[in-house]
This record gives sequence, structure tokens and C-alpha cells, in this order.
Amino acid sequence: MGGIPHDHYEPKTGGEQWLHKRLPIVGLLYDTIMIPTPKNLNWMWIWGIILTFCLALQIITGIVLVMHYTPHVDYAFASVEHIMRNVNGGYMIRYMHANGASLFFVAVYLHIFRGLYYGSYKAPREVTWIIGMLIYLMMMGTAFMGYVLPWGQMSFWGATVITGLFGAIPGIGPDIQTWLLGGPAVDNATLNRFFSLHYLLPFIIAGLVAVHIWAFHTTGNNNPTGVEVRRGSKEEAARDTVPFWPYYVIKDLFALAIILLVFFAVIGFMPNYLGHPDNYIEANPLSTPAHIVPEWYFLPFYAILRAFTADVWVVIAAEWLSFGIIDAKFFGVLAMFGAIAVMALAPWLDTSSVRSGRYRPMFKWWFALLCLDFMVLMWVGSMPAEEPYATISLIASAYWFAYFLVILPLLGVIEKPLPQPATIEDDFNAHYGSKAHPAE
Amino acid sequence: MIRKIALATAATLALSAGGALAATGHSELTDFAFAHEGPFGRFDQFQLQRGLQVYTEVCSACHGLKFVPIRTLADEGGPGLPEDQVRAYAKQFTITDKETGEDREGIPTDNFPHSGMEGAPDLSLMAKARAGFHGPYGTGMSQLFNGMGGPEYIYSILTHYEENPECAPDGIDGFYYNTSFPNGGVPDTCKDEHGISTVPGSWIAMPPPLSDDLVTYADGHAATASNMAEDVASFLMWTAEPKLMARREAGFTAVAFLLVLASLLYLTNKRIWAAQKGKKTA
Repeated sequence: MGGIPHDHYEPKTGGEQWLHKRLPIVGLLYDTIMIPTPKNLNWMWIWGIILTFCLALQIITGIVLVMHYTPHVDYAFASVEHIMRNVNGGYMIRYMHANGASLFFVAVYLHIFRGLYYGSYKAPREVTWIIGMLIYLMMMGTAFMGYVLPWGQMSFWGATVITGLFGAIPGIGPDIQTWLLGGPAVDNATLNRFFSLHYLLPFIIAGLVAVHIWAFHTTGNNNPTGVEVRRGSKEEAARDTVPFWPYYVIKDLFALAIILLVFFAVIGFMPNYLGHPDNYIEANPLSTPAHIVPEWYFLPFYAILRAFTADVWVVIAAEWLSFGIIDAKFFGVLAMFGAIAVMALAPWLDTSSVRSGRYRPMFKWWFALLCLDFMVLMWVGSMPAEEPYATISLIASAYWFAYFLVILPLLGVIEKPLPQPATIEDDFNAHYGSKAHPAE
Repeated sequence: MIRKIALATAATLALSAGGALAATGHSELTDFAFAHEGPFGRFDQFQLQRGLQVYTEVCSACHGLKFVPIRTLADEGGPGLPEDQVRAYAKQFTITDKETGEDREGIPTDNFPHSGMEGAPDLSLMAKARAGFHGPYGTGMSQLFNGMGGPEYIYSILTHYEENPECAPDGIDGFYYNTSFPNGGVPDTCKDEHGISTVPGSWIAMPPPLSDDLVTYADGHAATASNMAEDVASFLMWTAEPKLMARREAGFTAVAFLLVLASLLYLTNKRIWAAQKGKKTA
């Protein structure tokens, strides 16, 4: 697999040859696990393994939870309490699943921002990037529907608010909303279909993850320099790379152990810290909570959704130009999905010929500002929709779009990049010294 | 650079996680050092038993604990009542049997009854559902460091009844002024020009439930209103999170195990990569 020349699996015994002729599965696994990987990857390249682990954790704990859960408005909340009280180790499985979702999103955000900094989205890795964005969208859908299942107050009202977004689409919106909910309001039909989809989507994600890995195994990994692995010969490639096993498997396992250490400290000692206390109150359609707040990982995009109110000039202009079809509510929905769309288009919006942010002196600062912007959006998303938060979220939302639509295209033209190392080997040796002097 | 950004992200996460601050009026809460607080805190078995007594003799007149199985009163890490006492305790309840549809005496495998009074919330999860005062600035830090959570809220609600404030000497008919209750009504005379309350707390429908010596503790513990409130708050923390101690023990074991595993993996990683890395020349 892949364009980097390396040794392939050779079936030796008669049995191996017999199987290899019929199904080269051992060869596939060998090539996957022994893939030549740039030897200068830093600690920001661990998140892929963490994410794979999270997906497995969520699927395994989820399958066990389903054995004890009842997807019915009259029993869902009680069945979750049944899991917490009567199922052996049930409280642990549920807390792992709930906090596992948070770990999943911590990892995916770090993974995405690593890609944005080191230019991992650029040619020839656009397909990897686009599939990654699809995975991220599916994760958000899955997490949102999963949060509805315990049927607490935040589950119910969160579902009401988010499905209401689709109702903002002009003309067909209300019909789409009814179709999504299975009725005029969030009710048993909604809970049932969310349960069904919450179980289905993770397996589609797993399929997309396989394609994601396939795609970057074809192009080879990016690396902190953004310089490609030399592919002239096996020997040349071997100077830039190490096989994935054991070098990165062990490194990633070490990172995973550290992250799980934090993860289990959270589960053991503050498992409800990232959740909302109102979700320990059973859903009540007659009582609206004082503040309906999504889970932390939706907050940046929730802030963008709320930022574009009817008094903002772009909203007024859009409404006028579209003859009133695009009102403030629909504009907010477009902005929220647009914020992810512009990120997905980064490969074509970034005009710089230099891949890694390490050698882009101006880009570095704009990128740092983007990270800050993301955190500001997360913060204002958790705040009530009033001043000064409304203005802050408008400015922060504007920067998000400006980064992708204006700054990335412009920087490629006006920025003078720093010199890049000629090879990955040079970069590695500059950090760790050359092993070409065995006498030392 | 990217490492710094990762750290900053973690910090923001901690800041945002607490969720929104309540924009309604403030309320006064008393911090307590409950036995179950802190990473190694454990429920005080005798306090849970006293709390059960307060719940049974006072709260249960209106409130229920419908998610709590009666048999768990015998569980280790809970009140730890002997089996025969649990059976005797269950007998006081009349349960409509799910299979026969007939009324019978309660048995330990039944749950506690539902709330008997319209509008009185079920108390099973109250200590977790009311852990939401994420101060300061929504960081949840007071919860994290002072261990302030739902039990403090319950204690405060039970003890912070006060005379009507000056701005509304007559209060609200049928309601009681409570300086810790954030979600109730406030008379217009106690609001400023923005409609924001000028007094702590609000008016609650529940009359002051506790008074000194309302119950008689078998262990001779002084039955002041404050003691009773503390005991029942602790008991309700247990009903909300009955596996609290087991969970912390499991968490501690996991962290200890992962510490060893991470150390071994660190050394393995170092040794494997040593072959690739030469001495630093620069």
C-alpha cells in the first residue's frame, strides 16, 4: 500500500502461500502495520490512535448500555438509573460512555487543529481531510442524539432547540422538522429514531475511519516539516522513515496510557463535571430550563449560530437581497453549517505553496489567533445571549470566516516563507543528532 | 507553539464546561465539609442512617425516592442497615404489585414510593440535579476545590428560611422566603428597574420543614435543625450517587495501574527510539 517503497509481506510456509493466493489478508495487515512513517512526527501526531481508541470504547460500552436501556419516554430515564444502581459496574460503563464522548471531542479538535497548523489538508491529502470532516460531522450527529437518550431535561430541550434549526429552512423547513421528529414535537417517536441512528452512525464512522486511514496510507503521513518522504528507492525512503511497528505503536500506546490516566481520574472523581446537572431531572415538556446549553463540544458552533441576530448588517443585507427568504434564524443556521464548510474547503482556500506552519512566519500568528478565537467562541457559547457576549460572539464568528475565506488565500500571496529543511532526515538529525557516527 | 495552544485549549475547556451562569438573582449557600467530600471522602454510615430517619419521618410525607431500591439500604458504602431491619423498613410501605395489581406490604426489592404530593419533586437525584451553581464565573471551581455541590444546596434550602425582607413585608401569599432558593417568585417591590431581584433567594412553596428536636436520634446525636439538615443532605447525596465510594476506589485503582503502565511504556519507547537517535550535535 502507498507510494513509499518498502518491504512487503512474503508468504514463506506452504500454509501461508496457500492463504495468500486466495486472500492476501496477512499481507494487507502487514503492510498496514509496517507502513513507513516519517520519523520526525511530534506528540501532536498521537491523536489519531486516541481517536481510534475512543471509537472502540464508545462502541463497546454503548453495546453493553443498550442491553439495559429502554428507548421509551416513560422508561428511558428510569432505565438509565437502573444502569447506575442495579447493573453490575453499570455506573462505570455509563460514566465511561458519557465522558468518552468528551475525550473523543477533545482528541478530534486537537487532531483537526494539528492538521490546520501543519497543512495536513493540502495536496495530495485533500481526500483524507474531506473524509475527516465527514467523520467529524457524523460524530456531532451521533453525540447529539446520544445526549437525548437519557431523557433528562437538557436531552429534551436540547433536542427541541437543535431540531428547531431545521425548521428555520425557508418553505420546506417545518416539514423537514416534523419528518425528523416523527411528529409535531419531540416525543417517543423522536427518542426511538434517535436511538436507532445513535446505534447505526458509529458503524458508518468506523467505515469512514477505515477509508480515512486508507487515504493517508496511500499518500503517506504528513509530518511537522511538511516535506515529503523521499521515494526514489527503498534505501532513500528508509532514511526518512521508520516502520509504524514498533516505533509509533509504542509511542502512541504511551500517550494513550497518559491520556487514560487523566480520563479515569475524571471518571473516578468528577464524572459529572462536563455534564449538565439539569439532565438529572427527568424530561418535562411543560417546564423549560432557565438556560438551554449544549454540551461543551458544540459551544463554538452554537455561538456562531446565535451570533447573527436580526440587527447585524450582513443579516439585513442577506434578507434584503433574498427578498426576505433568508431571515436571521436561517442565516444563523447557514452560518453554523458554513463554519464547518469553510474548514472543509481549507485545501482549496489555502494558496501557500509551503505546507507546514512552522516555516510560515505570518501564518503562525493568524493561526494562533484562530485557536484563541475557537476558545472564545466556546466560552461565549456557554454564556447567555446578552451583551457583552453578543458582540464578542459576532466578532469571533467573523474572524472564523475571515481566517478561511480571506486570510488563508491572501497569506499565500503576500507571505515570504522561511527556508525548509531539504529532507525529513535533516530535520530529525537537527533535533536528535545523526546516528551515522556509531563511534560516539 | 502547538503545544502551548493545546494547553490553552484544555484551560478553556475547563472554563466553558461549567455551563451557563444563572442570570437570575443570587442565592446564599453554606459550605460544609461533608464526610463524603474530597478525593478520598467516604460516607459516614451513621450519618446516612440518621438522614434516612429524617427523610422517613419528615420529608417522605410529601417527597418520594422512586429510583432508589429499598434493598440498597443494606449495601456496603450506604447506610448499611442489617437485612432484618431493611425488611421491617420495607413493610411500612403499601405497594401496588405490578403483576397482580393488588396492594401488598413492601419488600426490600421494591423501590421507595413516588412523591405523594403534587408538585413535590422526587428526591432520588436531587443532590446531583442541584449541583449546578458553578461559581465562580461558571468554572465549577467551587465544586471542584471546596466540594460544594448538591448536598450544600439541600442543607441551605432546609435551613435558610428567613423573615420576609423589608422590600416585601407581606411576602407572597402561601409561599415562604428562602435565601437559598433561586428559582421561585419574587415580589415586584423587591426588583430593581431591570427586573432583577435585589434580595438573595426567592419565595418557595415548601413550608420550613425542620425544627429543633423534630426527630429523636437513637444514637443520642443532638437533633438540631442544622444537624438534621446536614444528615438528610448527606443521605440524599447517597441516594443520588450510591456507588460514589466504589467509583472512587475504581478510579484510584485505574490511575495507579495506568501510572505503572505509562512508566513502563515510557521506558520501552525510550529504548526503542534510542537506536534511531544519535547524540545531539547542535
